[in-house]
Amino acid sequence: MNKLSLVIKGIIKENPTFVLVLGMCPTLGTTTSAANGFGMGVATMAVLIMSNLVISLVKNLIPDKVRIPAFIVIIASFVTIIQMLMEAYVPALYESLGVFIPLIVVNCIILGRAEAFASKNSPVDSMLDGVSIGLGFTLSLTVIGTIRELLGNGSVFGYSLGVSDYMPLVFVLAPGAFLVLGYLMALFNKFVKK
Amino acid sequence: MVAVLFCITLVASAGVGAVYMITAEPIAASKQKAVQDAILAVLPAFEQSEVEEMTIDEMPIKVYKASNDGDVVGYAVETMTKKGFNGVVRLMVGFSPEGEVLNVNVLEQAETPGLGTKMCDEGNPLLSSIKGKKLDSMKLLDGRLAVRKDGGDVDALTAATISSRAYVDAVNRAYMAYKSVVDGTEPTDVSTGATKTQKGGNNE
Repeated sequence: MNKLSLVIKGIIKENPTFVLVLGMCPTLGTTTSAANGFGMGVATMAVLIMSNLVISLVKNLIPDKVRIPAFIVIIASFVTIIQMLMEAYVPALYESLGVFIPLIVVNCIILGRAEAFASKNSPVDSMLDGVSIGLGFTLSLTVIGTIRELLGNGSVFGYSLGVSDYMPLVFVLAPGAFLVLGYLMALFNKFVKK
Repeated sequence: MVAVLFCITLVASAGVGAVYMITAEPIAASKQKAVQDAILAVLPAFEQSEVEEMTIDEMPIKVYKASNDGDVVGYAVETMTKKGFNGVVRLMVGFSPEGEVLNVNVLEQAETPGLGTKMCDEGNPLLSSIKGKKLDSMKLLDGRLAVRKDGGDVDALTAATISSRAYVDAVNRAYMAYKSVVDGTEPTDVSTGATKTQKGGNNE
């Protein structure tokens, strides 16, 4: 598989949200606004790239029996590091993502890629896989967040269009997350993914 | 097998520890800055501030007394309530030395987006109802402010009565703390209203 198609595949063919349907908890929970979705996507991508790289580097040292605990330790460490860095340098984003950052540890995308890709491929390919899946996840979350924010709150990336009082609030609330995700998934699989 | 796992956890914890040491200072600084910004948002410019801490209804309340060359320019009260729709709501309430509400800044809330979160907006009904007023001059129920629905005269947020009540509850607690600092009265519990403080300031 050449490098370019490796990077592209996560955006459409193996899109983690709409095709693999992994990591639904942060997808539904954090996409109340475009900025939150984007922030969650980028944080997940950072963890994914680093964990994929490290797991790929140490894959031959880890006995098969303890590989899951080993992966989890590596992933959890990176999440903790990212969390501390975010709290120190982007406190506003840290506040708004709240509990979802520690939950990146149990995001099935990350363990899934570690198990399915990084533990079988070279470090460079694994990093590219992290970039690819991370991009796909970030794009999906940003699109869902934008639609929910626009429909529910009448604003785009926090910029109010002045119609917030006339918008159906339900799109910002939990049921709206399911509605938007469901329709987007249906449209994506009908038109984009061939 | 055990050795490998041990090595991985050792290296991982060393990495986390290193990052902790690097970020501990910026994290403390950014928290400090958030508090400073919140005080500045509710008070006029000041040079020094001193903090007094107290407990009302088993919740920690901080009163920052801001002054310029010894002249008190206002009091910022960091207050909270547990009555929010989704847990704790923390506010910073600014009082002028005369007891008027200067401004309110929401420090932390997890209310419903688009409903309760409107309490953070500039000029929302809750803030407009109390801004620039002495709370003693408003309609009080048992010495406390209340939203219109409960018989008071604070306008609530549309479709967010619980969030509005929480906001008013936190403001009441802030006022209690403010009065105890200015008048020296013992702060009493707000939610039970056990011992009501006398209305109208004697020491003003």
